[in-house]
Amino acid sequence: MKLEDEVVRRQRERAKILAWLLGAFVVLMFFITIAKTGKNW
Amino acid sequence: MPAIELTNPAALPADWRDLLALTKPRVMYLVVFTGLCGLLAAPAVPPLVLGFTAILCIALGAGACGALNQWYEADIDAKMRRTAKRPLPAGRMDRQSALHFGVGLAVFSVLLMGLATNWLAALLLTASILFYVLIYTVWLKPRTAQNIVIGGAAGAFPPLIGWVAATGHVSALPLLLFAIIFLWTPPHFWALSLFVRSDYAAAGIPMLPVVAGVPSTRRQIFLYSLPMGAAAIAPWPLGLTGAVYGVSATILSFVFVILAARVLANHATEPAQMAPEKKLFAYSVFYLFALFAVLVADRWLAA
Repeated sequence: MKLEDEVVRRQRERAKILAWLLGAFVVLMFFITIAKTGKNW
Repeated sequence: MPAIELTNPAALPADWRDLLALTKPRVMYLVVFTGLCGLLAAPAVPPLVLGFTAILCIALGAGACGALNQWYEADIDAKMRRTAKRPLPAGRMDRQSALHFGVGLAVFSVLLMGLATNWLAALLLTASILFYVLIYTVWLKPRTAQNIVIGGAAGAFPPLIGWVAATGHVSALPLLLFAIIFLWTPPHFWALSLFVRSDYAAAGIPMLPVVAGVPSTRRQIFLYSLPMGAAAIAPWPLGLTGAVYGVSATILSFVFVILAARVLANHATEPAQMAPEKKLFAYSVFYLFALFAVLVADRWLAA
């Protein structure tokens, strides 16, 4: 396998996972805020 | 652009599967389970999202410990058959990436715990991470055969953290849960280290069977199983749990002591003949799962 191809493949995979994790974190923070301000989920 | 052959995987960006392997997901089950039980056994159950976040933070903190442990012990891991295929000794990742990942995960888990639940839980999570990495991994493990005795305290934190995340304060029951795991860790790990001791000897780690010998380790396993059983039963006579937990803990602990006595009676020195040790190791995992599950069931029945 070419080094360039492998670097790009790994960077893309990590970027996708990081995007999903950041999205999940934003949603989690939203629900934490709601829960901390008094709503019981 | 000319084609360059892939010769040094550690020079590439780390593969996400290797980052996941750094967190030791298999070890995480017990940590998450005991943390969840500590949270569910608490008198005040927090909102679902906050409880979920507390357990997530405990899992991330455990993952950080795993990553920092592998970062520090990469040379030792390379010498042991059981650990030689991990990302760092196998050369699939550079140590700097593992260090950054571990520290980042630790800081993130503590901050999220503090923001979502309370700062006492975050402080206990910080203490458990620092204890595991600095006291156990860096200081005790390479120096003393008693490493697992004191180091076991790091693994005993999760139920305490779970309880404090739910209630905001420490009380007698979570301290007893801490004591149970603290006293359970030595017989659990020494049973394992008896039949993988050649690995530890090759890596130069002073585990008890390597330093004190097999008969002495078997004696210590049996001796530790006695206070462990007493700590497991203690919440019942102290009025902290009901009879469901008390009777179950008594039976589970009795079986543990019987299996530890069989280990004591075994005189084999070859791993192939260490069936009692293997049985005790397997049972010790079941014991902790069963004990904490029964504790939660008992507390919920009483509520």
